[in-house]
Amino acid sequence: MEFFNKIFVYIAQFIRETLAALGFTPVWVEMGMGTVYLVAILGVCTLAALFYVLWERKLAGYIQYRPGPNRLGPNGWFQTVADAIKLLTKEDIVPCGADKAVHLLAPVFIFVPTVLALAVVPFGEGMAAIDLDLGIFYLIAVTSLSTIPIFMGGWGSNNKYSLLGAMRAVAQMVSYEIPLVFSLLGVVLITGTLQLQGIVEAQSKVWFVFLQPIAFLIFIIAATAETNRAPFDLPEGESELTAGIYTEYSGMKWALFFLAEYCNLFIVSAIGVTVFLGGWQGPFLPSWVWFFIKTHLLFSFFIWIRWTFPRIRVDQLMNFGWKFLVPLSLANVFITGIGVYIYYNGLGW
Amino acid sequence: MLTQYSIVGILFLGAMAFGAFTIILSRFLQSHRPYPAKLETYECGMETQGTAWVQFKTSYFLYALVFLIFDIETIFLYPFAVKFQSLGLFAIIEMFIFFIILIIGFWYAWKEGALEWQ
Repeated sequence: MEFFNKIFVYIAQFIRETLAALGFTPVWVEMGMGTVYLVAILGVCTLAALFYVLWERKLAGYIQYRPGPNRLGPNGWFQTVADAIKLLTKEDIVPCGADKAVHLLAPVFIFVPTVLALAVVPFGEGMAAIDLDLGIFYLIAVTSLSTIPIFMGGWGSNNKYSLLGAMRAVAQMVSYEIPLVFSLLGVVLITGTLQLQGIVEAQSKVWFVFLQPIAFLIFIIAATAETNRAPFDLPEGESELTAGIYTEYSGMKWALFFLAEYCNLFIVSAIGVTVFLGGWQGPFLPSWVWFFIKTHLLFSFFIWIRWTFPRIRVDQLMNFGWKFLVPLSLANVFITGIGVYIYYNGLGW
Repeated sequence: MLTQYSIVGILFLGAMAFGAFTIILSRFLQSHRPYPAKLETYECGMETQGTAWVQFKTSYFLYALVFLIFDIETIFLYPFAVKFQSLGLFAIIEMFIFFIILIIGFWYAWKEGALEWQ
């Protein structure tokens, strides 16, 4: 039990000791470990994305009372593999009017925020690649970087739909960043630490979803908007903008955007689980199994939202973000502050 | 501490390399037969009219300004939140003043119509 709980920690330790035994200096051992983490994170990223692309199609199928992909392999489980091969061999078209360098660099950069964010997520007990003291703060900083490649893509394509989509994407991600940041602030007020392992351990008695229900709700809404998914998928609203930012992308470049979108949703679910749903804590099963079960459930919840609600208008989106979510999240932080003060100091002034 | 951030650097480069690698890999696997009509900018089948690089709508700029204020404020609020429990009554009064100033600013932006989508 204990062994399975820590199996990945032992593997990392083994690699570290092997590198040291091979006569590398400590600096190079750290660099080697960095590469190992990189491979592990990219593995988690791509596997999660490939799995969830299919899972979303399956679930969407059942929600709409149709079977979904069910031809290739047992119950259609090889569909994503076929799609990946198709995308890899598809012709890459760069429109002649595009800013070629920016058009190319956007999909190269799109994975950077994703990988950087996964570096601090604790997948299990002691299983964060780097357990930064700045944890949540780093996470917020890094995830907000993803506006840049999206805008690069929209601008570089020199297509009206792309540019409109990109402008909307940036406006939306920037607006919903504020409620997202404030919803996490309430938890920081309670725990007094930014470190994600510390936040998970603080939830051993009660999950923060029960102490901060409003913050959790705000987090779910803002996270859906941050990842540009329905009902907030205006940046690529098919009915008005063709494919929005992705209009001029084809083949592998488009596939990278697509993968990054699913990875971002995975990260958002992982953050939600870590901060509000007790992280890797749970009885009987190894900690990392609990983490993936909870993340899977939250991810499925996001899919459920997407296939249930219709898309909203852009003015509704902005008004809802600024005039409802921002004041609500401010009030939540304020009330949490008073609550924490009373809890620690009592009512006697 | 510094080694942790050097790992962040490795991950940064690695993520870029991953993107570049898959694009280069697909270069070798794909067919490549461009012709002028295929390379035109997509515009629902019409011939492309002009460029997309035009001036922005000003409401985007106003939202950006309000965002900037709030984002800077979070930089102050996070360290404050970490130390909140040890600061006691001082912290709660401080927070009260801070929020009032912020809410006045927010109210002003609202009143002036910076949050209206036109």
